[in-house]
Amino acid sequence: MNGICAAAPSWVTAEMGFPLELIALQAVAGVALGAVYVLLAIGLSLIFGMLTVVNFAHGAFFMLGAYVGVFLLAGGMPFWLAMVVVPLAVGSMGLVVERFLIRPLYGRPIDDPLLLTFGLAYVVVELVRIVAGKQGIPMEMPEALQGAVDIGIGFFPIYRLFLIGVAVAVVAGLWLLLERTRYGLIIRAGAQDPLILRVLGVQVARVWLMVFGLGTGLAALAGFLAAPLQGAAPEMGIPVLAEAFVVTVIGGMGSLLGAVVAALLVGIAISLTGLFAPEMAKLSIFALMALVLMVRPQGLFGRAA
Amino acid sequence: MHGLLEAVARHRVLAAWAVLAVLPFVAPSAALASLIVVMGLYALGFNLLFGYAGLLSFGHSALIGAGGYACGIAIVHFGWPWWAAILTGPAAGGLVALAMGLLAVRTRGIYFAMVTLALSQCVYYVALKAEDWTGGENGLRGVNLTTISLGFAQFSGIDPMTRYTLVAVSAGIGLAFVSRVLRSPFGAALSALRENEARARACGYDINRIRLQAFVLSGVISGLAGALYAIQLSVVPIETMHYAMSGLAVMMAILGGMNTFFGPFVGAAVFLAIENVGALWTEHWPLLAGAVFVACVLFFREGVWGTLLKRVMPR
Repeated sequence: MNGICAAAPSWVTAEMGFPLELIALQAVAGVALGAVYVLLAIGLSLIFGMLTVVNFAHGAFFMLGAYVGVFLLAGGMPFWLAMVVVPLAVGSMGLVVERFLIRPLYGRPIDDPLLLTFGLAYVVVELVRIVAGKQGIPMEMPEALQGAVDIGIGFFPIYRLFLIGVAVAVVAGLWLLLERTRYGLIIRAGAQDPLILRVLGVQVARVWLMVFGLGTGLAALAGFLAAPLQGAAPEMGIPVLAEAFVVTVIGGMGSLLGAVVAALLVGIAISLTGLFAPEMAKLSIFALMALVLMVRPQGLFGRAA
Repeated sequence: MHGLLEAVARHRVLAAWAVLAVLPFVAPSAALASLIVVMGLYALGFNLLFGYAGLLSFGHSALIGAGGYACGIAIVHFGWPWWAAILTGPAAGGLVALAMGLLAVRTRGIYFAMVTLALSQCVYYVALKAEDWTGGENGLRGVNLTTISLGFAQFSGIDPMTRYTLVAVSAGIGLAFVSRVLRSPFGAALSALRENEARARACGYDINRIRLQAFVLSGVISGLAGALYAIQLSVVPIETMHYAMSGLAVMMAILGGMNTFFGPFVGAAVFLAIENVGALWTEHWPLLAGAVFVACVLFFREGVWGTLLKRVMPR
């Protein structure tokens, strides 16, 4: 939210109006912010679509991603390797959580797994406070990604371009996985009707396990990538959870396309409001959500209940 | 034991008043007794929605916070007398609940928790930014009631026992009100909605309208709890508006037992016991509270009070 997302430069006055380049730059900055939301919301939506679990620990896994990244980098691991190891490490924790805490709750009311992940987040945040302290820790940006580059309409930070690139790669990879592989076929079938899938001889429980691990891994990747911009702090997952929910409500629960579109919308909304009225930047997304709820309560791409 | 619990269930308001009368002499201090009552009332307001209407809200911090700030602002900025200040609490809680509810009741099932959480985060930012009125990050300080005047007599608002009396009497009235509402046809409609929405709709109930009414009612009670919280602490901390406060209501209701009238109160007492005893032992007591909560969800879904009732009075 700092740097390029901050208010307009001092030479822009209200009488001058806002030059088109500046608005375009700010919109690109919004897309970069949206890239982090894309990773978060896809994980959340994937888990809900398959397991019908609203993961209230999603923000906690985001925070864990940032912390594991900080510790790995401090231990001398290169940024690029950490970018792969962090989602794998936190995703494995997700596997353990699904297997031992969430699986016993299948078949119970839909609120139960939600409540459990809420309590789990509480525990995880406190454990991080014990291990790493209450103060936030900054994370160094890799040298290759520092600085800005001219993108035709003005100079733009390389790291934010990199964020957009990662999100595009992840979305493309997920699309290939879901639409072009056998695993994807099974996952999509499981979201439609787990019972039939089980009758056909697929071990649905194992699919659910992997999907939960995948979702938490994506949350961790988002946290790791956000850490060079905002550092790692125990409470960093809380506003992120609320924002991820806003994205999911706007896009429609369980819809991956909806998650991507809504994440970009939310990023651009925050960024552009930041240009005109910095005080309102954080509030604009709730206004957007309220609007969607009034016009289309099931979300832009959600199926009607 | 059996007969006693049955009598408690039948005359629950009288039983609650009796507990309120005894509590300050049993609890370690009158201040802690006040806090138990305030948090119990808050959890009760939350459970009206969760336990009775089956709607899980993660945005109740906005409601208790609205009540707290309204009462605080009435005292600090306008110098209103104590009774008027307390009344602003339920009014503000109800109004914020109406605004949130108009959006939230449009959603179904699992969305409700997400939308209420998001909206409460929005209210949190507003309270944080409106520094002139709320004190921003430092909280609203100086919510002092030095004298509480009843017309014929004056009491010192600094005396913890006077404060407890004020809190307990207000909470006692709120509690009786909730009990009365739950035993009305409206209360029956709430349960009908929770048990089978389609059937309730077929019976001619306007589902969204009843949900909204329940949300506003819950906001009124939470707002009253907020006002009493502000008076008890003499300050409205910004944390009153924070996500953790919403989570606290959920925790207390689950710990005590969401399917019972007294469960939330028992949950509040259990939570504050964990906090106060745990804090002596480690600053990381939330770990203990979180672990107990997770265990409750996994193994004791009925909560402390609910499990006790089930053991003693098997249906």
